Amino acid sequence: MSLLTAYPDLISAGLALPATDGPVADFSDTPVWLSLVKAAFLFVYVVLSVVVVIWFERRVIGRMQQRPGPNRFGPLGILQTLADGIKLFLKEDVTPKNADKLMFIAAPLIVASLAFVSFAIIPLGGEVSMFGHTTPLQLTDTPVAVLLVLAVAGVGAYGFVLAGWSSGSTYPLLGGLRSTAQVISYEIAMGLSLVAVFLYSGSMSTSQIVELQSQEWFLGIPGWYVVPLFFSFVVYVITMVGETNRLPFDLAEGEGELGGGFHTEYSSMKFGMFFLGEYINMFTVSALATTLFLGGFHAPWPLNLINDDMLSEGWWGLLWFTLKMWSFIFLFVWLRGSLPRVRYDQFMKLGWKILIPLSLVWVIAVMLIRAAQEGYFGEGRWVTVATLALIGLFVIAGIFVWDRYAQRRAVAREERMAVPAEVDPFAGGYPVPPLPGQKLVEPRRAVEAAAPVAVSTSTTTHDTEERRG
Amino acid sequence: MADQTDPTVEPTGDAQAPSVRERAAAPARPADSGSQKPEPGFLSQLFAPVAGFGVTFATMFRKVPTQEYPEVKFPTAKRFHGRHQLNRHPDGLEKCVGCELCAWACPADAIYVEGADNTPEARFSPGERYGRVYQINYLRCIFCGLCIEACPTRALTMTNEYELTDPSRQALIYEKHQLLAPLRPDMLAPPFPMAEGMEERDYYRGQVTGPTQVQKDHVAERDAAAAREEVSR
Repeated sequence: MSLLTAYPDLISAGLALPATDGPVADFSDTPVWLSLVKAAFLFVYVVLSVVVVIWFERRVIGRMQQRPGPNRFGPLGILQTLADGIKLFLKEDVTPKNADKLMFIAAPLIVASLAFVSFAIIPLGGEVSMFGHTTPLQLTDTPVAVLLVLAVAGVGAYGFVLAGWSSGSTYPLLGGLRSTAQVISYEIAMGLSLVAVFLYSGSMSTSQIVELQSQEWFLGIPGWYVVPLFFSFVVYVITMVGETNRLPFDLAEGEGELGGGFHTEYSSMKFGMFFLGEYINMFTVSALATTLFLGGFHAPWPLNLINDDMLSEGWWGLLWFTLKMWSFIFLFVWLRGSLPRVRYDQFMKLGWKILIPLSLVWVIAVMLIRAAQEGYFGEGRWVTVATLALIGLFVIAGIFVWDRYAQRRAVAREERMAVPAEVDPFAGGYPVPPLPGQKLVEPRRAVEAAAPVAVSTSTTTHDTEERRG
Repeated sequence: MADQTDPTVEPTGDAQAPSVRERAAAPARPADSGSQKPEPGFLSQLFAPVAGFGVTFATMFRKVPTQEYPEVKFPTAKRFHGRHQLNRHPDGLEKCVGCELCAWACPADAIYVEGADNTPEARFSPGERYGRVYQINYLRCIFCGLCIEACPTRALTMTNEYELTDPSRQALIYEKHQLLAPLRPDMLAPPFPMAEGMEERDYYRGQVTGPTQVQKDHVAERDAAAAREEVSR
């Protein structure tokens, strides 16, 4: 079969929708005490990851700047985070006089504790045998699991705004507002990029989404959503950086503008909790990206062919999941090592004027493609191709219109900014030097410009005397 | 200006770059003349906006130039100006004659010298005088080396040692016993008389190459007398 005729089959085959949209993970053999054990395991996993990532980040950024990074404490400096933590514990815990005590204490607690919640619905691995029970390596799953992550992130924003407000100080207030605005506006684009995933998977349950991605696409390559939903993936990656307040989007902590942002007034372990929460958030969004776009705990392509996907079973999943998650963490660090902080208006413009509209258009396109694949536009292998072609035409037309518009704007801008060949340096009343390429209008001769001197000496002396008197 | 009729894509390649405004307004088309740099390739143009990521990624695999100082010591240049040293003649007598020229030469006023006369009983250097007190204040010293240039007997030179730190100020005023060159195995500890048959100038002519037997006997006898006195006390 030639590639041309195979192509519509490839697309229209799509990935079959599940029978139900509920979780596929089976929790029937999981007693409550085992859930508690798994929660404890998850807690240890996340906290250990944070301990390692702080060291990892500093080491990698160090290498990116051609310096070794922390290397004093422990082999390769790996215990650096421990030292930092002890330092934070031993520091004086200051509460400002103006602070609203209750909220001031509650805010870091909200941030740190909510950061852990999202991990409950992330599948870290497949079915494993634990203390005589067979249970999925996932704390819990619901039919709306991914929405839970968004909701928790939204509630977490309370932590930032309360911290800023309760500090009773200007910079924290501004930082808290910024942080909240950032989280909320980027959550919209993030949600839209997730909608595309839901359209493909037909489910919001994380275990179901992961399961669907393990279906073969062709040549044994699993149908990870990063391929058909590449645009959503890119949008998600951008928004997850905005969501976690990380460089280049760490405007809430812009040292040059806001001091420390919302945590300016925090010290000791209260600050430590913000710190912890921020790093856990990094892991949460990375874990979600892994789950939704990179096939979750399943082994990557060539390895999934070994012995009927043996490497995705049981505890192996934890390895792949961790590796995939850490590749996102590396991306975070790489971004921080490469990019400067953007301006606040640029950041908001990117979110509201680019990411959200484009995501909307993309979601509609995905909707049409899915509808064609599911046979809503009629049967036949060419329906999907026709839909794709139609969308393509539409997009090309859109680009064409946009280009014309941009050109017209550029011309208008050029006219507005055009530099006249000759300038009068005193046109505005103040002397202005000529720009490169400009010529000065030669000023009139000083002799001609000066008023004729015809003042009698007597009047002058009289004047001065009067002024003195 | 010629630039207005000749907008270039790569403003850096042009010696007379047009202003920022003109550059923004100029349509993007390849330079027809004047541009010195070759046009960047298709790929490098495509990835130009994210080239910074390549820079940081590639830097990760470069050699780190950091010197792990306290653990790994990097050798200094051979003529590095480090801590001073008061040298000795081959038989162990001090070269310093206490002339204070180093102290006079010092622009930072870091050196304090007190000379004293050599006596037949206690001779520390060949010739008439020796430096009884010799102090260098390393909180003041700027390691310019003018003292070394001033020294007429080559008594004062500099070593490559640069680890001169201490929590107290007093410890950083180095005394004579800290600055004196250590005795080599064949040297004798002053005071002791000059080599027999030699006078001061012979020392500087290099005719003394080590302690003579008479000098060794003298020092042995001196040490034995001191030990006896110690026991009787």
